[in-house]
Amino acid sequence: MGGKHQKISIVCFSGDFDKMVAAYTIAAGAAATNREVTLFFTFWGLNAIKKNQGRKWLGKDLLSRAFNFLMGGRGNLPVSRFNFGGISPHLMTHMMKKSNVATLPELMEAASELGVRLYACEMAMHILGLQRSDLIDEVQEVVGVATFLNESEGAHIIFI
Amino acid sequence: MKHFLDITKETCPMTFVKVKLRLAKMAKGELLEVLLNDGEPLHNVPRSCEEQGYKVRSIEPTDDNRHLILIEK
Repeated sequence: MGGKHQKISIVCFSGDFDKMVAAYTIAAGAAATNREVTLFFTFWGLNAIKKNQGRKWLGKDLLSRAFNFLMGGRGNLPVSRFNFGGISPHLMTHMMKKSNVATLPELMEAASELGVRLYACEMAMHILGLQRSDLIDEVQEVVGVATFLNESEGAHIIFI
Repeated sequence: MKHFLDITKETCPMTFVKVKLRLAKMAKGELLEVLLNDGEPLHNVPRSCEEQGYKVRSIEPTDDNRHLILIEK
């Protein structure tokens, strides 16, 4: 295949529902137009790639277990504005379906099929007491910032 | 062999994502006919296909605001 070959790396930091939709929209769109895409999940962003989509006592001590339970997984991602106690992400998903806009699970599936690379931040996982086995299988590797930067050499880096 | 894909109910980025995923499953030389809406899909789908080295053989208007494009892998 011909065409331009560019790289895009997205740091998924916030873990907000709407920002994750934005990150995956850019990722899927970029991968579909022949760009090499890497998503680097750190801090709150890790919630989006937990295997368990609901609340679970993950972690190794009381604090990390409490944090992980309160934050939950992909099903508990809050909207960055007007979250209304967690109702808004469900309302927004309903609105997205009604408008024929791809939902977060659909975007994640498309990104996976298009070969978008997922990395999880080793340091943030350490703080939150998360293991590789707590994350979805699509995560390619648990890496540090040096590896992420090496892999992103020459890439546009977007922080969301 | 000619394949067919209707993306008139899709919005960005799934318009060109679905085209890309379908083309990826096809063999070289096969044809894909895509039914799409005017506007963003008509602007982006043929362009993204050409950027990736696929040949856009034709773009034909159908009824209101729809087009049929024929892509060769």
